Amino acid sequence: MSAPHRFVRDVSALPTHAFGNRSLTWWGVILFMLMEGAGFALAGGAYFILKSHQGDWPPSPILPPDLLAGTLFTLVMLASEIPNTIVKKKAEAEEIAPVRLLLPIIAAIGGLLLVIRAFEFGSLNVLWTDNPYGSIVWALLVLHTTHIVTDWVDTLVLTALMFTRHGPTGKRFVDVSENSLYWRFVWLTWLPIYLLIYWVPRW
Amino acid sequence: MIARDGPELQGAELHDRLARTWSRKPGLIGWLSTVDHKEVGRRYAVTAFIFFALAGVLALIMRTQLATPESGLISADRYNQIFTMHGSTMMFLFAVPVMDAIAIYLIPLMVGARTIAFPRLHAFSYYMYLGGGLMLWIAFALNIGPDIGWFAYTPLSGPEYDPGKRADMWAQMITFTEVAALALSASIIGTIFKLRAPGMRLDRMPLFAWAMLVVSFMVIFAMPAIALASAFLISDRLVGTQFFNPAEGGDPILWQHMFWFFGHPEVYIIFLPATGFVSQITETFSGRSIFGYPFMVLALVATGLLAFGLWVHHMFATGLPRLGYAFYTAASMTVAIPSGIQIFCWIATMWSGRPRFAVPMLYVVGFIITFVIGGLSGVMVASVPLDLQMHDTYFVVAHFHYVLIGGAVFPLLGVVTYWFPKITGRMMSERLGRWGFGLLFAAFNLTFMPMHWTGLMGMPRRVYTYPAGMGWDVLNLVSTIGAFGIAVAVILFLVNVFTSYWKGEPAGPNPWGGTSLEWATTSPPPPYNFAHVPVVESRTPLWDVDGGPLPVMTGLQVDERETLMTTLIDAEPDVLEASAEPSIWPLVAAIVTAILFVGSVFTPWAIVWGSIPVAIALIAWFWPKKALEPGEEPVSA
Repeated sequence: MSAPHRFVRDVSALPTHAFGNRSLTWWGVILFMLMEGAGFALAGGAYFILKSHQGDWPPSPILPPDLLAGTLFTLVMLASEIPNTIVKKKAEAEEIAPVRLLLPIIAAIGGLLLVIRAFEFGSLNVLWTDNPYGSIVWALLVLHTTHIVTDWVDTLVLTALMFTRHGPTGKRFVDVSENSLYWRFVWLTWLPIYLLIYWVPRW
Repeated sequence: MIARDGPELQGAELHDRLARTWSRKPGLIGWLSTVDHKEVGRRYAVTAFIFFALAGVLALIMRTQLATPESGLISADRYNQIFTMHGSTMMFLFAVPVMDAIAIYLIPLMVGARTIAFPRLHAFSYYMYLGGGLMLWIAFALNIGPDIGWFAYTPLSGPEYDPGKRADMWAQMITFTEVAALALSASIIGTIFKLRAPGMRLDRMPLFAWAMLVVSFMVIFAMPAIALASAFLISDRLVGTQFFNPAEGGDPILWQHMFWFFGHPEVYIIFLPATGFVSQITETFSGRSIFGYPFMVLALVATGLLAFGLWVHHMFATGLPRLGYAFYTAASMTVAIPSGIQIFCWIATMWSGRPRFAVPMLYVVGFIITFVIGGLSGVMVASVPLDLQMHDTYFVVAHFHYVLIGGAVFPLLGVVTYWFPKITGRMMSERLGRWGFGLLFAAFNLTFMPMHWTGLMGMPRRVYTYPAGMGWDVLNLVSTIGAFGIAVAVILFLVNVFTSYWKGEPAGPNPWGGTSLEWATTSPPPPYNFAHVPVVESRTPLWDVDGGPLPVMTGLQVDERETLMTTLIDAEPDVLEASAEPSIWPLVAAIVTAILFVGSVFTPWAIVWGSIPVAIALIAWFWPKKALEPGEEPVSA
């Protein structure tokens, strides 16, 4: 082998999992958020560059998107933070019963949001082929929908996993906690996109 | 009873058990399932050098065509594909991936870790990169290679001017390599932040690790720009969106903004790892720690930040408001300051040390000379009136080859020579290495120095031929002769690599007397990197112990893949986390993702239907395979 060693400390007593920034999973999620956040910010920049070339936004005679579906989506999404916060706390307290109760509820909310999202696409009042306004509005909504679908599938898989023998273990509680963290990011990014799609065209 | 390393379990028995735990299975499936950062890093590097050779051959074809005026060797259409393939391959399939390749091989060793963070993700990254490269080159072989230049400006690359699938192949290759680069940047940041050896505080990290940390964050903020831009381009071409279509109020200049918001940082994504190489080599061969370490770190971070404020200097010729001109000229000149600081620190290190001019150090000297010339012509084109004259001429071609070959390829070849003994256990030939360096340095200058004049005399870039009597003939011929000289130098380097691989002198763990941790383990390193976790007490750990016993921590599991995680800033031991086992699922996930990407060039439904197998593969990747995985200790009922 290589050079001889001088033993300075035994680390075997250290914990085998930890929450927050002590966990590698947390860093993975944070970095993923940075990548997606950068993508959304740039899409927002593209929105304003395209807007700067148009006299009217939306170009007449197109009407701004109808408010009902998008606003309902926003409200449901904000409300979802309540079970999301609770499940995060319970996961960090390593209590399996409430986690098994709440995860299916959160997954159901995700499903409901996707149904509302389908109506949002129907209420944009523009097609992506019509003009750059239509293209960027559709792009923002499609990007964010990808976001929701990814997190929804992730939540479904995690929910299933938590009902197996792999569920009540340190590593999985960390996963649940980080899944909740990611969901916060999903709805936080929605708020500026909601303004771009529904309110900027009304100003 | 869980077996752990320590005074009772060390030496040969520990080696056998750790090797069993950290080795992959033999056979083809085992080979494809590897998550060992050293294996993946080697494959990444070999693949990148193959693309380098292919793109180099294209360069020779172009130079042969341009050696004489009105040459009819290749048609205009083929020439367009060739220069696009050359640039795209060199930038996306060679320069960025090869830096990443070296990082994933070396960073875990340098920071004293058992493995890389997110091992399966980095294996997936390799397969995505390979898929993107194969797609582009197969398309080129089928005469659907892109012909729009490596930055694919709209509207030329849009559906109106580029019917067919050529531009789509370019745009989708971007998607592959961008996924690959993002995945790697997460692995590298995770490794640097959480897997550093105890005591390796941030202010004791090797400068190459600092460089890769900055670069990985730059990738995270820059790559989404090109991802979004190429997605917009593909959707303009495939489903009729109007992002870049001026006829419907779209904006072709939006493409340039999005491309260069990525493209300018890209230059530093290639250059900063090279500065890390230079710092490592300079330190070892000067026999002293790097002069001005805090300034070096600040220069890296400053370059990383400033790189995002320069992109518009690529767009001076599009017409900008006066204030924009002034701002971006100033910003472009500002970025020369941190680069200058680094260069002065390297010179001061050599000056105050005892420099040994072995081959890696020769490349460092070659780098400093060449890069300074490229940097100065960069300051010239940062000035708007000059830029408007030189835009799209061979002057710019000369400038960026000085920066990229001088700034990145020279340090790269130096660092391959430097780390070759660590990777293979054998030394490269010093004699062949000196000849190779000398020839490369001379031939490089012979090729690209005349291009400054060809450009100043008005020869535009990207023309497939030129009339006689413009005064460009001799200069072009000289450049062509130089290009073949570069080819000979590269072949010499490869001959050195191959003969040394089989017959080189055995290296031992630390042939150059380096001080960073990769030199503390055997050459080549075992699958588990270090028998015990090394402990760091300064910026120069191996020089501290001076051949004496290395301080280590113990207590990691021997029969499971366990890694020690440390705290972010001070690298205090914190948590023992399980590391992923080898798995075939990253490969499967990459294959189905590749099918989705390639399919979406032809129909948008590929995204819808293709996402189902992708989801299945990802679920299989993450789903636990054992009854109870490491790290799944039950915590409550």
